Amino acid sequence: MTNPIESARKALLDAGEIGDGDVDRLLGRLTSKQIDTGELFFQVSRNESWSLEDGRVKDGAYHVDRGVGVRAVSGERTGFAYVNDIALPRLAEATDAARSIARSGGNAIAGPVSPGTPAPRYGAVDPLASAGETDKVALLSRIDSFARSLDPAVREVHVTVALNQDINLVVATDGTLSADVRPMARFSIEVIAERDGRRERGVSGGGGRIDAAWLFDTDAAEGYAREAVRAALVNLDAVDAPAGAMPVVLGPGWPGVLLHEAVGHGLEGDFNRKGTSAYAGRMGETVASTLCTVVDDATLADRRGSLTVDDEGTPGERTVLIEDGVLRGYMQDKMNARLMGVASTGNARRQSYAHLPMPRMTNTFLLAGESEPEEILASVDRGVYAVSFAGGQVDITNGQFVFSATEAYLIENGKVTAPIRGATLIGNGPDAMHRVSMVGNDLELDAGIGVCGKEGQGVPVGVGQPTLKIDELTVGGTAA
Amino acid sequence: MEAIDMAGLEGELKELVGRILGEAKRQGATAAEVSVTDDAGLAVKVRNRELETVEFTHDRGFGITVFDGQRKGSASTSDASEDAVQGTVRAALNIARFTEEDPCNGLAEAELMARELPELDLYHPWPLDVPEAERFALETEAAAFDHDARITNSEGAEVASHRSCSVYGNSHDFVEALQGTRHSVSVSVIAEEGSRMQNDYWYTMGRVADALDDHKAVGRRAAERAVARLGVRPVATGQYPVLFDPQMASSLIGHLIGAISGGALYRKASWLLDSLGKQVMPSSMSLVENPHLPRGIASTPFDGDGVATRAKAFVENGVVASYVLGNYAAKRLDMVTTGNAGGVFNLEVQTERKPASNLMREVGTGLMVTHLMGQGVNRVTGDYSRGASGIWIENGEPAHAVDEVTIAANLADVYRNIVAAGDDVDRRGTIHVGSLLVDGMTVAAS
Repeated sequence: MTNPIESARKALLDAGEIGDGDVDRLLGRLTSKQIDTGELFFQVSRNESWSLEDGRVKDGAYHVDRGVGVRAVSGERTGFAYVNDIALPRLAEATDAARSIARSGGNAIAGPVSPGTPAPRYGAVDPLASAGETDKVALLSRIDSFARSLDPAVREVHVTVALNQDINLVVATDGTLSADVRPMARFSIEVIAERDGRRERGVSGGGGRIDAAWLFDTDAAEGYAREAVRAALVNLDAVDAPAGAMPVVLGPGWPGVLLHEAVGHGLEGDFNRKGTSAYAGRMGETVASTLCTVVDDATLADRRGSLTVDDEGTPGERTVLIEDGVLRGYMQDKMNARLMGVASTGNARRQSYAHLPMPRMTNTFLLAGESEPEEILASVDRGVYAVSFAGGQVDITNGQFVFSATEAYLIENGKVTAPIRGATLIGNGPDAMHRVSMVGNDLELDAGIGVCGKEGQGVPVGVGQPTLKIDELTVGGTAA
Repeated sequence: MEAIDMAGLEGELKELVGRILGEAKRQGATAAEVSVTDDAGLAVKVRNRELETVEFTHDRGFGITVFDGQRKGSASTSDASEDAVQGTVRAALNIARFTEEDPCNGLAEAELMARELPELDLYHPWPLDVPEAERFALETEAAAFDHDARITNSEGAEVASHRSCSVYGNSHDFVEALQGTRHSVSVSVIAEEGSRMQNDYWYTMGRVADALDDHKAVGRRAAERAVARLGVRPVATGQYPVLFDPQMASSLIGHLIGAISGGALYRKASWLLDSLGKQVMPSSMSLVENPHLPRGIASTPFDGDGVATRAKAFVENGVVASYVLGNYAAKRLDMVTTGNAGGVFNLEVQTERKPASNLMREVGTGLMVTHLMGQGVNRVTGDYSRGASGIWIENGEPAHAVDEVTIAANLADVYRNIVAAGDDVDRRGTIHVGSLLVDGMTVAAS
């Protein structure tokens, strides 16, 4: 297997005719004023996407982004600049700009530390090269015909395949020398079904840190198409959603968006260091029902949110956030860890070299409990069963979170009955987590489609959970 | 930011666009369009009265779309070297070899290009250095802290200044540039009372630094807003009038524009299909676009297809008068582009405006929404259900803060049920509208 540092050196430094001596000189320049840490983040990201609509593969796009982010940290101060070509003169200017936050003096650079080679969590594959153009185009057409064949109500089909390879190299004054080659593939399908003048949408998709072989060698894409058509047809029969507080049962997998919003963001180190999170200063306290154990796990093989090393070169970890309802850990990058006197948990992530890293989630999920899913549904007299969501949002300061259902049903006398129109569910993170009264034995992770946004930066993430019951959540429908 | 020679930069980018178009032709494209941008900026953030982040941004990149007859391919890169130009054009043409023919593909007609460019007065550099930006930011945050003792923490105050030069060109021998600046001062603070915390923010933004709102007033406004969110009390689920504050009203109007936009219409992904000539709002309301507004934040002489922009109404006296179309969507709908590739450029909601202070009286009992959360807007069906917080109004007076509620209705009813508009028009963004009062939405609460 190729050493990622050698691959990254070749793709990033050799291409820009930058030698080891140049990198050392840049780090020296960064530390010629008093800073705590300084870092160079070299990156090249290649993206290719193909999309089909109206029965035609009408769009294809290729994008390459290459650059270097330079960061200097002094106490709680950060100086940042970047260049979007990899060439020495501009890199020296960016270095001077970044270190300008430091007041004076100089300090030393640590010798290179070898953190050992962390176990790779995904292969150093190139998804763009995993099939020829003809095959990619044929895949989209095959899925279009397949989706249309499933039901005469299917009117529009929109299919996209997006492939990405990201290579980065981190060199820092604390001695870090680290590299990662990250693949990403994503397939998505949207259908619009129409019956009796009513139109509804259904979406599905999947992917991960893998090449595109699973789309060509299996019938996974047909599965996504079937799922999107099914969701659209279900919604054609949907009735108005109820309004008000009631028990809510969330299905397994993607509804783990709940954990991401209600718990995850509030446990990111930066918000807790600054005291702006509803969870700040609550380490060791009971913040959820004792049925809840929530982890953030970057080490899962090939998952969308997985990281062999994070964007500061720290190996990805499995971090227990909440254990049996008790707050156990925050997610940290180096800066927030240092300021809070703990170790980084390998959660430093950045959208690209042109963005500052900060603590972010990887794959965040709630561990399985002991209830049978049927038993959970049977326990509800009148409530809502939600199985798919458009996404969610949280206000980390007051703890309020929402997530918007795209497929949900009424529960009446323990039975799942009519589908309901999309409704937003709203609650307060700590309150909602205390009201988790049953946790299923059917833990699932999502199919690999999530994007998390924070301070304008998007990064791929995974979520997951078993079926679970929240005794009371506000359902934002229109029916009395 | 240091002063730079914008005329020189513009010349350099125009030359680059010409070179890329030439390369596309050389490699066999039947037509092509190119857009190159060079943006640079400085953002200085302070938090809790200390400097926190100094960020220098500078992005240059180009994107090309090539046509090989009726086939299309696109490619883009952050690298403008000679090798990258050739490689990027090759990548786009390679894609065009594999995509399928689409009769709607191609450039907009030559006669639609913006041949005369109005002076829009968009470029006003702010000679701002880091110490000065830091001082402004510190004063902004201090104004928030000093305004109310319940402001106990801060998420920071930021002063930012950006300049941008973008050049668009296509095979109609059209190559034009647009220069502009954008400056802002923003602050986000936390108010605390008992064990409850609430955050809120405020900002000022514009093309001209001298025309920004007073930064200390921005700080005070953020503090007022955060404090107003304290003292939350529960409300009962039911049907109520909902007053959208100007920022929230702007998002509401944005959903209407989205529903009459070409992409949603030709994909049949809109609840307003075939809506031309149909009444969608009260007859007292019009949505008028003014792309040539001097110093306007969204002003532009040409759209993303190079097509001349022009003033027009999308909704006139409550009736849909025009869709929002770029060239491709227009062709798909068998219509003509409205010069809106890239969206709407300065939209004004024209209607009878009442003093904003009177609108609470019109509400009687209901909710004033100051924050909305989540993705609960279904563009296909118009179903609208979003998380909300704001101020509860009783007997025409503000009573207490509300959070953790949802507001829901179908958008078709929401716009028809707008019963009043305020004179508190927010002109910072693309959509200029004051408060809007909507009758009869479902407020769901715990």
